[in-house]
Amino acid sequence: MALTDYSPSSTDQAVEQAQVRSAIRPSGSHVAVMGLSHTYRKRDGQVLENFDFEIRPGEVVALLGRSGCGKSTLLHMLSGLTLPSEGEVVINGNRVKEPSPRWVMMFQAPSLYPWMSVAQNAALGLRFSRRADEIKTRIPEVLDLVDLGAFADRNAQELSGGQQQRVALARSLATNPEMLLLDEPFSALDAFTRRSLQQDVRQIAKRLGITLVLVTHDVGEAVRMADRVLVLEANPGRIAKDTMIPLCEDDRSGSDAFQKEHARLMSLYAQVADMPGAPDETDFTQL
Amino acid sequence: MSDATQLPTIAVRLPDLMRYRGIMNGIIGIGLLMALWWVGGWAVANNDDLFAFADFAPAPTLARLWEMILSGDVLGMSGPSLMRVGLGLLYAMIIGVPVGIVIGRMKRVNEVANVPFQFLRMISPLAWMPIAVMAFDTWDGAIIFLITMAAVWPILFSTASGLRRIDPAWLKVARNLGANPAHMLFMVILPAIAVDILSGIRLALGVAWVVLVPAEYLGVTSGLGYAINDARDTLDYASLGATVVIIGVIGFTLDYLCMLAIKKFNWVREDH
Repeated sequence: MALTDYSPSSTDQAVEQAQVRSAIRPSGSHVAVMGLSHTYRKRDGQVLENFDFEIRPGEVVALLGRSGCGKSTLLHMLSGLTLPSEGEVVINGNRVKEPSPRWVMMFQAPSLYPWMSVAQNAALGLRFSRRADEIKTRIPEVLDLVDLGAFADRNAQELSGGQQQRVALARSLATNPEMLLLDEPFSALDAFTRRSLQQDVRQIAKRLGITLVLVTHDVGEAVRMADRVLVLEANPGRIAKDTMIPLCEDDRSGSDAFQKEHARLMSLYAQVADMPGAPDETDFTQL
Repeated sequence: MSDATQLPTIAVRLPDLMRYRGIMNGIIGIGLLMALWWVGGWAVANNDDLFAFADFAPAPTLARLWEMILSGDVLGMSGPSLMRVGLGLLYAMIIGVPVGIVIGRMKRVNEVANVPFQFLRMISPLAWMPIAVMAFDTWDGAIIFLITMAAVWPILFSTASGLRRIDPAWLKVARNLGANPAHMLFMVILPAIAVDILSGIRLALGVAWVVLVPAEYLGVTSGLGYAINDARDTLDYASLGATVVIIGVIGFTLDYLCMLAIKKFNWVREDH
């Protein structure tokens, strides 16, 4: 875990060279979090204490923890929406100081603009980054990617919750980001919609080679989506376990291997969260 | 749905009735007002103390109105009034919208500005009249100033309250997608509060139109307020009545246009 002697230059040059070599599509961000601690201005005690970890390009990482452990704050810091009080986040060798269209965050609420059509909502990132000329070709592409090609001209309010979250996904993907940061983006959806979005988002990320970091308190979601899970403990927030989820794509929709991984992660989570043998706090239908 | 098959005539007629219901009720309302006016005119004409004002009744008033329309007097007296109200509203928007955005966005500014603004708002715009007359070279300038003073508050407060109701997530999403401050203003904030601004303008228009007539009693020799004053001085009560009708019709029309604009820019879908 200790990355204190990490030097950004060498690794990132290698990563960038690799990107140049495989220049077919933009590949994922490399993330290094170094000595990161955070305290809220107005409250006592550290929310996050001494985080050191690295995320490989194209990796899907879940930050799993109970509410209040600071996982969402950590995600905000990866995105640059919040700056840590100590330490730094380095993406592809550059220190993160502000949000960038190269890594995009998705929130629990889709937050589409209700005065715009689906296509206009999806095109926002391109407009903001002065790439309006790409809208014509890129927007139909991303809407097809999220299975909403036929909905381009509909008003965003006419869509269901799951469809709205798909529009938010299209909006995030439109600028060809290297990384998606998901802040419990499916927790407001019903179980079936959530499941299909979990699978789709993972598959899209893998197909595009982008890095995916998601925050969740749902063990099933972590096992279904992530290559690697960081289990966080609270007060102060820190990484308690760092574990891989060695499942192939077919197993992720639910097999014996999936069940085993789920049980293993569940017990790790219960141990960290200090609730012996606690059941999945969301629901059993997810299993 | 079974009812519709059993009673086809009702099923066909009902939607039509519903469609014209608003218009029908409007006509009934106007009819009642006319009846009341007619009864009033009849009562005045038969009262020994008041019979000199009998020309206020519907028949002489409407006959004079028709003459005024044909002679072009209606356009002649409305034009300057509309221009004054239009300019007053324009200045009120130029001041009210940006200031409303600032006090809606910055809590501190709102806290500081709240008391003075509420204080100024409660002063009748007409109370500024002596100051306006001294401060402006022309009567037109003074009148436009009074209208601006009346119209700025609804626009300002409506803009500010719209801004406070903006979903903070919309701003966060925009920031996250790389919006600069200009994007934030023109693509997120202004479209989000367009309806609030227009509702403020609609309220402002109502107040401005009311303030206009007494403001035009002063000095100027054109406009609807002047026409009212002039008719009173010349005891021409039919013209006075006709001018009152014109004021009402124009006010109603302007308000209706505002309502149409609000409908067009309203993005809230009631069925969700």
